[in-house]
Amino acid sequence: MSKTRRDFLKIAGMSALGLGCSALPAAAADPGHAPRKAAQGPAPGTLPDNALTATHWAMVIFTRRIKGPEHFDHIINACHQYHNVPEIPGHKDEIKWIWTDSFNHTFPEKETHFLAQDLEMMDFLLLCNHCENPPCVRVCPTKATFQRDHDGIVIMDMHRCIGCRFCMAACPYGARSFNFANPRPYIDGAKLNPDYPTRMRGVVEKCNFCAERLAKGQMPACVEASEGAMLFGDLDDPNSEVRKALRENFSIRRKTTLGTQPSVYYII
Amino acid sequence: MYNAKYIVPGIVVFLILATLPFWWSSIFVAGYDSPELALPADKDQCIESAEFMKANHMQILDEWRDQVVRDGERLYTATDGKIWEMSLQNTCMDCHSNKEEFCDKCHDTTSVSPYCWECHLAPRGNEQ
Repeated sequence: MSKTRRDFLKIAGMSALGLGCSALPAAAADPGHAPRKAAQGPAPGTLPDNALTATHWAMVIFTRRIKGPEHFDHIINACHQYHNVPEIPGHKDEIKWIWTDSFNHTFPEKETHFLAQDLEMMDFLLLCNHCENPPCVRVCPTKATFQRDHDGIVIMDMHRCIGCRFCMAACPYGARSFNFANPRPYIDGAKLNPDYPTRMRGVVEKCNFCAERLAKGQMPACVEASEGAMLFGDLDDPNSEVRKALRENFSIRRKTTLGTQPSVYYII
Repeated sequence: MYNAKYIVPGIVVFLILATLPFWWSSIFVAGYDSPELALPADKDQCIESAEFMKANHMQILDEWRDQVVRDGERLYTATDGKIWEMSLQNTCMDCHSNKEEFCDKCHDTTSVSPYCWECHLAPRGNEQ
């Protein structure tokens, strides 16, 4: 029997279709790599009962309740020691999750020629603002930094970071630090916190609103150390501590004209 | 055959060289021995069965890190219903506190070098 090219193509086409169809159910049945659900929050039973949850975590800083440099150091050390943040000398290589700066640097849009003298002398606590509209997330090519849909925290996935530092360029608050060197030698071995990992060379890091502490039912380390100078709570809950504080006090946020919608509020 | 005195030895040498990896290892290289691992003295059961953990610990750790970091899920319910915190550093290494004699021994034998420990802290006992 002679075969024409047309016959051959018909049979080849039908065979390919059949093979494709038979492979489909097998692919669908593979449970290991099913696409994960869209992030609508942790599945039930995957969080401890005492975990703190919210739909929009936010922080309020009572700037005038902070009693001088020792108080700042206490807050900063609490955060940096808990998260094994290295102390690297020199401005360029510095790693910081929470730090201080002057009024004019913190609120450049609110700059004025004749600032009240106490504000002129005062320092302000700075940290990642966990923006509602985070530019770092938009530019990250690997989605190593991402915003949790269920509570608005902007978080780093160190396993995915390739160290391109686009996020650092995008962040208008300078809240991100890059590990130019292996950070381990710069952490005091005796102070290493075994509950939290360190980082490796070549990744970006920043404040994570203590997501790991919230899951255990604890407030962020800085809030705990601030002795009432910082509040943390759910911005979507009208009865929360932060909403109450914002209702009763005049507050400002950093660089609001950029449209990033920071979740850190300063009560001046 | 034309030039057989060159071609036949050439083919023989080629065959010897091409199959070298197969017979060399069976004659000159000792077989693979599973290393003796230091198991936790006070625990007789891991989160899942030992066979499952031997075969799947890397998948479990990979899933855990995504679930914890990306989905904010922190607890793992084992097949036997027990609940564990999903944490290499705080759950796994709590029992398997001897990294050199447990993780490293097998990974070294099989020439696998995961970079977990560049960030995650090995248990205190092994630091000094």
